[in-house]
Amino acid sequence: MAEAKVPNPEFTRKVIEQGGKTVNLCFQCGTCTGSCPSGRQTAFRVRKVVRRAQLGFEEDVLPSEDLWLCTTCFTCYERCPRGVEIVDIIMALRNMAVRKGYMAEPHRKVAELISKTGHMVSLRDEDKALRKKLGLQETPPTVLSDPKMLEQVKKITELCGFDKLVASGGK
Amino acid sequence: MAKYAFFLGCIMPLRYPGIESSTREVMKSLGVELVDMQGASCCPAPGVTRSFDQNYWMSLAARNLTIAEKMGMDVLTICNGCFDTLFETAHKLNHDPELRKKVNKTLRDATGVEYNGTVNVRHFVELLYRDVGLDAIKSKVKGGKNLKAAVHYGCHFLKPSNIKKIDDAERPHVFDDIVEAAGMTSVAYKDKGMCCGAGGGVRARTPDVALKMTKENLVNMQAAGVDVIVDCCPFCHLQYDVGQVQLKELQQKIPVLHLSQLLGLAFGLEKDKLGLEVHQVKVNL
Repeated sequence: MAEAKVPNPEFTRKVIEQGGKTVNLCFQCGTCTGSCPSGRQTAFRVRKVVRRAQLGFEEDVLPSEDLWLCTTCFTCYERCPRGVEIVDIIMALRNMAVRKGYMAEPHRKVAELISKTGHMVSLRDEDKALRKKLGLQETPPTVLSDPKMLEQVKKITELCGFDKLVASGGK
Repeated sequence: MAKYAFFLGCIMPLRYPGIESSTREVMKSLGVELVDMQGASCCPAPGVTRSFDQNYWMSLAARNLTIAEKMGMDVLTICNGCFDTLFETAHKLNHDPELRKKVNKTLRDATGVEYNGTVNVRHFVELLYRDVGLDAIKSKVKGGKNLKAAVHYGCHFLKPSNIKKIDDAERPHVFDDIVEAAGMTSVAYKDKGMCCGAGGGVRARTPDVALKMTKENLVNMQAAGVDVIVDCCPFCHLQYDVGQVQLKELQQKIPVLHLSQLLGLAFGLEKDKLGLEVHQVKVNL
């Protein structure tokens, strides 16, 4: 006979502390799963993610690809009859997962770009040319044209330890 | 003339600058003055940044809010992602004094400035509906074609509705009303209101899954016989525009316009101000 898994309230407490404060309100009706546009296309079941968070099944939930199939569309959050703030639970779990090294390379690259340049996409020559043609300032009036203000972004990155998190891949 | 701190974000100024030029022109003609936020950064993008570190996400967002606060203006954004990050951060900092203290310590150390909680974050669709009004929009329409439009609200404009309080998240009408005021017809289609598929970091990590969601929406829009998809978010815009090229099996393609570009067309703006040449799906409207 398979051994029953033992709940880990310590992990659940961490989920609550990091923003998933409504996790224990869930009574597993499945309205979330039935509403999920991503779950229509994949085997991702939101209800199961919330159940695992509730029981503290850290080893099941943190390494799971499912955690990253949520588009944060908030449909489940809107429809939940118990007011469970499901997206906040997923965000808390993702924050913990990346610190265990579950960080996909495409995501790591986006995070690195934001922390180094202050933007999630780069400014290419063709963008400058089109901006000029449209009568816009060639380089947008953001951190891209203000190195001093970019320093502020870098300083916040450092103070939050985000540079280290991204460089190490969470490992 | 009402003045707003214009938040640019990333996808609009760097990938679809035509949305930026259209927004500037359309807002000017409606009597809304947009002032640049010198030195603003990425909002930062909720999909990856919030997923990685919620404290960092809010700290960078709060720095952007302080720029508007110094200008003494509310923020205006034309992007659902930027709206979500900036609105949620302002909301959290206004309602959680402990959190505000923590974020302000980081801000003070990095910039010498704190966030005092005086900035309202506005989405341009909501501003057009509530402040500018449908009659003012109608009065600017210079004829043009009556297009059948598939209105795509995206997710983070209205949701989470308990804090955004703009419209009914299940059966909204504000965006459709603006499209109709511009002389177009907003067409009903199956599962209208469903996510484009790109958000939450899904497009970057599992593009095939994102595209499956996009395809389902596109098939439903095609079945309704629409001429154009109208969005209010550069990221949804990119997903529909680039996605239709990536979905090679699609026989028919539907041009994609951001609402600012659609209003530009309706207001008789010069076509070369709309920046349509970078759209992957050709726009001949």
